[in-house]
Formats: sequence, structure tokens, C-alpha cells
Amino acid sequence: MKSAIVVFPGINRERDMALALKAASGKAATLVWHRDSALPDVDLVVLPGGFSYGDYLRAGAMAAQSPIMRAVKDHAARGGRVLAVCNGFQMATEAGLLPGALMRNAGLKFICRNVHLKVANASSDFTGHYQAGQVLSVPVAHHDGNYFADQATLDRLEQEDRVAFRYCDAEGRVDDDTNLNGSRRNIAGILSEDRNVLGLMPHPEDATDPQLGGTDGRGLFTSIVEALS
Amino acid sequence: MSARPADLMGLTEAEYDNAVEILGRHPNQVELGIFSVMWSEHCSYKSSKKWLKQLPTKAPWVIKGPGENAGVIDIGDGLAAIFKMESHNHPSFIEPYQGAATGVGGILRDVFTMGARPVANLNALRFGSPDHPKTRHLVAGVVAGIGGYGNCVGVPTVGGEVNFHPAYNGNILVNAMTVGIAPADRIFYSAAAGVGNPVVYVGSKTGRDGIHGATMASAEFSDDAEEKRPTVQVGDPFTEKLLIEACLELMQTDYIVAIQDMGAAGLTSSSFEMASKGGVGIILDLDQVPARETGMTPYELMLSESQERMLMVLKPGREAAAEAIFRKWELDFAVIGHLTDTGRMQLRMHGEIVGDLPIDPLALASPEYDRPWVPTPPPAPLDRGHIAAPVDLGEALVRMMGSPDIASRRWIWEQYDHLVGGDTAQRPGGDAAVVRVPDAGGKALAMTTDCTPRYCKADPVQGGRQAVAEAWRNLTAVGARPLAITDNMNFGNPQRPEIMGQFVGCVEGMREACLALDFPVVSGNVSLYNETNGTGILPTPAIGGVGVLDDVTRMATIAFKATGDRIVVLGEATGHLGQSLALRELCGREEGPPPPVDLAIERQTGDLVRKLIADGHVTACHDVADGGLVVALAEMALAGKLGAEVGLPKGDASPFALLFGEEQARYIITVASRYESAILAAAAAAGVPAAVLGQVGGDKLTVTGQLSVALATLARAHEDWLPGYMSAPAAA
Repeated sequence: MKSAIVVFPGINRERDMALALKAASGKAATLVWHRDSALPDVDLVVLPGGFSYGDYLRAGAMAAQSPIMRAVKDHAARGGRVLAVCNGFQMATEAGLLPGALMRNAGLKFICRNVHLKVANASSDFTGHYQAGQVLSVPVAHHDGNYFADQATLDRLEQEDRVAFRYCDAEGRVDDDTNLNGSRRNIAGILSEDRNVLGLMPHPEDATDPQLGGTDGRGLFTSIVEALS
Repeated sequence: MSARPADLMGLTEAEYDNAVEILGRHPNQVELGIFSVMWSEHCSYKSSKKWLKQLPTKAPWVIKGPGENAGVIDIGDGLAAIFKMESHNHPSFIEPYQGAATGVGGILRDVFTMGARPVANLNALRFGSPDHPKTRHLVAGVVAGIGGYGNCVGVPTVGGEVNFHPAYNGNILVNAMTVGIAPADRIFYSAAAGVGNPVVYVGSKTGRDGIHGATMASAEFSDDAEEKRPTVQVGDPFTEKLLIEACLELMQTDYIVAIQDMGAAGLTSSSFEMASKGGVGIILDLDQVPARETGMTPYELMLSESQERMLMVLKPGREAAAEAIFRKWELDFAVIGHLTDTGRMQLRMHGEIVGDLPIDPLALASPEYDRPWVPTPPPAPLDRGHIAAPVDLGEALVRMMGSPDIASRRWIWEQYDHLVGGDTAQRPGGDAAVVRVPDAGGKALAMTTDCTPRYCKADPVQGGRQAVAEAWRNLTAVGARPLAITDNMNFGNPQRPEIMGQFVGCVEGMREACLALDFPVVSGNVSLYNETNGTGILPTPAIGGVGVLDDVTRMATIAFKATGDRIVVLGEATGHLGQSLALRELCGREEGPPPPVDLAIERQTGDLVRKLIADGHVTACHDVADGGLVVALAEMALAGKLGAEVGLPKGDASPFALLFGEEQARYIITVASRYESAILAAAAAAGVPAAVLGQVGGDKLTVTGQLSVALATLARAHEDWLPGYMSAPAAA
């Protein structure tokens, strides 16, 4: 699998992502500058986490207007895979690659800790290595992760099996008490209509090394590497 | 200006006279402003220099000690760790969010200006009493500011400490520390060189913010503190992130001769320091300084403390290539002057010379004072007969676990991104944070900040020793080899002999500990005048310690690991209650001498612990500190979600004193039962007292015959205090 990570001014988890991709695929990801207008020939494009443009406007809003985003959209339209994590998820909603929006956390505070995620869709290229209903422990680190969409969109996401992950507790309970940040229907990650774009707020790339407190994020990378090899 | 001005901008009459003598005339406004900031306590260390010189600063692994932007130590494999801690106390009290945020920004620049990529931030915070009406607001603002800046800039905030005490009601302490890593042969310094070489300004534009911040930080507060808000700078962490990337990219080339961040006193101190260290003169063309607004005066341009700016001297002819890097990162880049051989700083604007000052007399001949001081009288011994020990020791333990100085800091560190970078091997909540050195096999850095101000107040010499020893101990407890410290000296008004006596005493204690533990000072910062309306803070020499773990897989944590593991206490129990947290929290008394620190025993015990961890037999390790033995056990149990059953340690004191006493140089380790005798033999061989106290297991913490408390009860007390406090309605 060949992959590229797009570098926007202010993103900061490109290193974490590069380490996880290298460990899973054996190949180093190419770093692509936001002002470039073309992508290299890759199977997977990653929009990484961080604070593009400081999140001084809406999170992800400025990056969504970068020259490279046209190429990312073309890549997705051709069926190419896009993994959009945290700030990348925010960019993907701003760019129209995924529906909905990410608002300020309901508790109004930045949250960095391991959370439990329930795998809702275990059949996509990104999640095939998990079991439906499996509970993962993966870190989050965000201020604006409160997923919002209108009722019709949420219904459609669920009917089409496009919710990838939900916030839950260690036993897999999904309810208001286990909702990390106020996200509608506890949604932590969603798939595009063609299931080739995954956006999620948690950081699976920071859960791939036993020395760093867990490996539950590895399944996502193994899934994508197998699907694209 | 041809006559003596009414406002000397914080200079004393004698200092002003000295300035006139140096110039041979009265200074004009911009020149007087420059004298004022350069000779401020904050920039000149005029009260503290004499004493700081006594601190040990050398070791075979020290590459660069105090005097540069940050200290540099060799961590092997051709790599260096670069680190420093710095205060932002006054601004954070006036405007907690921006004060704390820019504190983080400033210390980051001190580290990356030397060529290091910052890999970790820590912070040592002291707030007033939880009951004080401002405390909640200050905690919320400072934590949000540290998080807001550190999270955005993408450097993990991995550790620190927080104390609450009424002595900080009117003057909180915000000490921020950054640790970075650089190739040992690619360190960048600030001494300017090469007559004719271009002086280059990069980063943000200069605005009218923070003018005279350094002078403000060098005076006491009174009730009008909040009127000083315009002296606080505003941070822009996004620009800082770009500045880090642009500077590190430029540092891959050989274009830079010297580089210095613009911190306190902005363009003035950066240009003076670079020229002074290099023994050269400098001409600055102030028309070229990128300005945020039109019509800024030379005075404003020279004294602004706008953030996210750097000054560099480049090799000639490299301007265009360097500029391309900064333009790529969308940052300002301007050649604003060049070096001369005159030994003078000339400021030009609109075709005129607006300032002309000799550099060395200003930068080097700044005042140095031998302030009068009196030693702190030794505290009266604690009369044990008069201590009303709590009847129910279990209830006492629950109260201690939920007391402000011991309660979990989770509410704070969950607001900090402590994982970004993908190398955080030990998260906040343990004895020291551990961050892997990127791409260096299994090598990792351990980091901690420590100080026990109530000890320093009661006995500055013991307190100074203890602050250094505790940092050394916390690094040891994760298995690291302690290498060096940065010190952040927070004290009251040095013009009061008893305050100066606290400073002198703490430095003496620190000196002894640094020598005994081979733990030199490589960087630091002094913050004096931490007083409001004449009331000083507790003397607080905050110590930031850095150590190295050669194999991160051997790292120890505080969490109990397995049922049946033996709990071994290293060190001697004497039941020392003087200045203990239990005496304060449970008996309402802040009395007696602090626990004495025997540095030879400290060294012996720590060296043993480190060896046992390296041998791989230790399953958990925690030093005994605030709250004593039983609090340390409870912390280990809560971290591991496993209880324990132990006996009372042997010693000639009451059960209360043996459990809650804070005698030093003690560690609790756990080992699999099959290694028990080997561990005891190793301790005996090293001459360290060791006793098996009990074993891990169950869901309670039990001290046979004394107390038995469910972990769930301890966890509630420990976890609920801070979030409960922060969400309570503000006091009327």
C-alpha cells in the first residue's frame, strides 16, 4: 500500500501517523505540501490531526480551501481511500467529503485521554479487521469533536451502515453517560457514501505501540493495508 | 532629553546616575527605556547573580551550562537534550489565559532557538487557597492557557506539579519547562560574529503589546495589579508552530551565525545580548522592523514584547535562501541591520539616529547587588505530645487522598495533549514523565518538576536540598539516570533581608544536593518580587530534572501490577511529622522542622533502586513524598486498580506518624515473590534498610490493625476533589 500524508500549516500528528503507516505497511508515507496541486500515485491519502491554521476560524475551514484539497477530492471521487483523523475529519466535513460538522465539545474543554469505542461497521476497508460490537481503547485529543448532523442525515448514516465507531464504556454501553463530547448518537467516526473515506475524531495512530499504552488502533491500519494490497 | 526625567522607568537614582555616566549625557526616552529593561531584575539578575554563581554547573555530560537560552546535556548516540524552566508569574496573575499561554510560548522558543525540536512541556503551578475567591478563576485560566498554546503548537504537555497555599493568594506561580532534542554537533548559540553580517528579524510582526513587561515583572504588586493588563502579551501558537518548523528547516543549512529569541524586553535584550556575547556593534534600521500598526515609535519598537519573534545573524549572501524558507511558512522575514566593529548599538529611523548606546557597559556592567540578608531562624521542634492524632486512620487517609495538594490532577492534564508526537511512554500521574527519543532505538528521557515550598519556608537549606533530591528521586523511580536540572527561583522582595535569607539558604541547600548527587544546574530563571501588598510567597525554588533511560522497556511505573507481588520499603521509617501534609491537613498545623535530607543516604538508596529496576525485577516503584508511606501505597493501588495488605513499618513512633510521616530517601517497590530474597540481599549489600511490608491483592488497602479502606472509596476521594472544586459555583 502506498500512502501520502498531507501537511498543512499547523498540523502536528503527521509523525504519529507516519509511524503507524510504516509499521503496518512497511513503507514510508510520502509527505505532501498543502500548496501542491497534485498528489503522488498513492492508494491512501491521510488528512492528519493538529491545528491547521491554528483553528482560528472554524476547525478545518481554512485547510479545506487549500490547493491540494481539489486533488484530494478528485482522488476520493475516483474511489481512492481517504483517512481523515481529528483535524483531518474536521477538514473533510468542511470540504464536503463527509456530511455533518464538528462543534465544540459539550464540556467546552479540550479532552486528551483514552476512550472506549464500539465498532459499528466492521465491513469497510478501514474496519474489516475488527468485529462488529468490539470495544476498543483509543486516545482522543480534541476541543471540537462534537459531531453534529441533522436528523435525516443521521438516520441515513445509520440506515446505510456508515457509522464506523461510537463512544461507549468498557462494557460497550452506548448512551448519554458514555458520550464523550456531546456527539449526536455518540458518533465518533463515519464513512462516506462509497465507504472510501473514513473520518474519525480519535487517534488510532496513537494506539499502535504497546510501549505507548495499547495497540487497539492497529486493526484499522491492518485493515486498510490488507484491503489495498 | 537634556535633563533628569521625573519618571526613571523603574531605575533607582543611583542606577540612573550610572547611566548618565556611561553615556556622558542624559539618555533620551528610548535609551532610558533600554537601560530600564536591561537593568531590571528580570533581565539583569542583579540581586541573585552573586548567589547563583555558587551552584554547580559542570559534569562530563554538560555541553552548555547557564548563560545561553537553555542548558544542553549529552544524552549519548550523538544527541543532546536542551531544556529550561521559566516563570510567567506576574502576567498569569493579571491575565491567566494569555499569561500562561505566552509563558509556554517563551520557553519553547528558548529551546528551539538552540536547534532542538521540543519534545515535551511541563509546568509547575502554585495557586492560592482553594477558598480564596480568585483561585478557581486563576486555575481555570492558567490551565486553559497552557493547553491552548501547547496543544496547538503540537508539543505534548507530559508532567508537572500543582500546590495550593494561601501564601500565593495574591501572587500565583506559573513556571513552564520545555525539553527538546538536537544533534549534539548542531547546537546554535547567540553570540553574534562577522562585521557586516546581516541582522535578520523573523516571525510575527511587532505590535504595541507587552511594552515594559520585564519591568512590570520586577516590581511588587499592589491592589492595582489588574490595571497592568496592557503589559501582558498575547500568544499566537499557530505562528509559533510555523516558526518552529521554519527555524528547524533553516537550521538544516549552514546559513546561521547566531540566533536568539525575542523574549523579555524584546528586540532590546535580544540584540544587546547577541552583540555583547560576540563583542561586536550593531546598527538597527527600525524602519525595516515588520510592524503590526503604523506610527510606532522607536521606544515602542525596541520595548515591545510581541511574541513569536526571533533575531538572527546570517552569513552574508544567504538572505534570499533563508527568506524563501520563512516565506514558505508564511512568516515575516526582514533584514533590519548589520554588525559593526564599533561596540555600540545605533538605532536609526526616518534617516536619523534615534539612539546610540555602548553595548558592553549596558549588558555586562549592569548592577550587581550584595543585598543584606539574615538567615531564617531554625523552626522550633515539634512537640509530639501535643499532636492530636486522628482517631480513625482510615478516614484520615481518605481525607488526605482528597486534599488539594494530593488529589488527582487528572482534571488538569486531560486538558493537555500529552500524547502528540507518538513517543509518550509514561503519561502524567506517575513519578516522572517519560518520552522516547525519536528514532533512537529504545532510549527515552525522563522529566519531572519538584519543590516542597513549605519545607523551604521552614528551613530554606533543607528545603533547597529536598527540592533537588526529590527531582533526582522521581527520575530514579522510573528507572532513569538523573543528569541535570533547570531551576526556577521564585521568591519575594529581595530588598527585605529575611527574603534574601530564604534565597541564600535555598541556594546553599541546592548546591549541596547538586554536588552530592552529580546533578548540575544547566539553566534557570529567577523571579523575585513575588509579593502583593508586602506579603511574600513561600520560597519556591522549582526544580526541573531530566534523566535518561537507555532502554525504555525497563521503565518502572507506580501502578501495582500483580496479586501476590511483595511490597518492599527501602529506607528508614522515623515518623517525621514536622511540616508534613498530614499535620497541616488533619491537625491544622504548619509547624516544626521539615524532614532532614541526608544526601549520602539519598544517593545510596537511589543508586540501589535504579540498579534493581535496570535488573528487571521491580514490577512497580514509587518514591515516598507528600502524605508519607500510606498515601504512596494508596497512589500505587489506585494506579494499578489493585489493593494491598501491609503491616506497620518498624519504628519508634506512633502508627499515625509512621504512616503519614514524610522522612526522605524512601521508595516503595514491588517484586514477584520469587525475587524477594534476592532484593533483600541486594539492599543489605548496598547498606540500605529494606523491609517486606506486605503484598499486593484485593480491592482494599489494609494496614493490619490500623486501617482498611476500599479502593473505590479512595478513588472517589482522589478523583472527585478537583473536578468538584472547579465546577462549584464561584464564591460570592
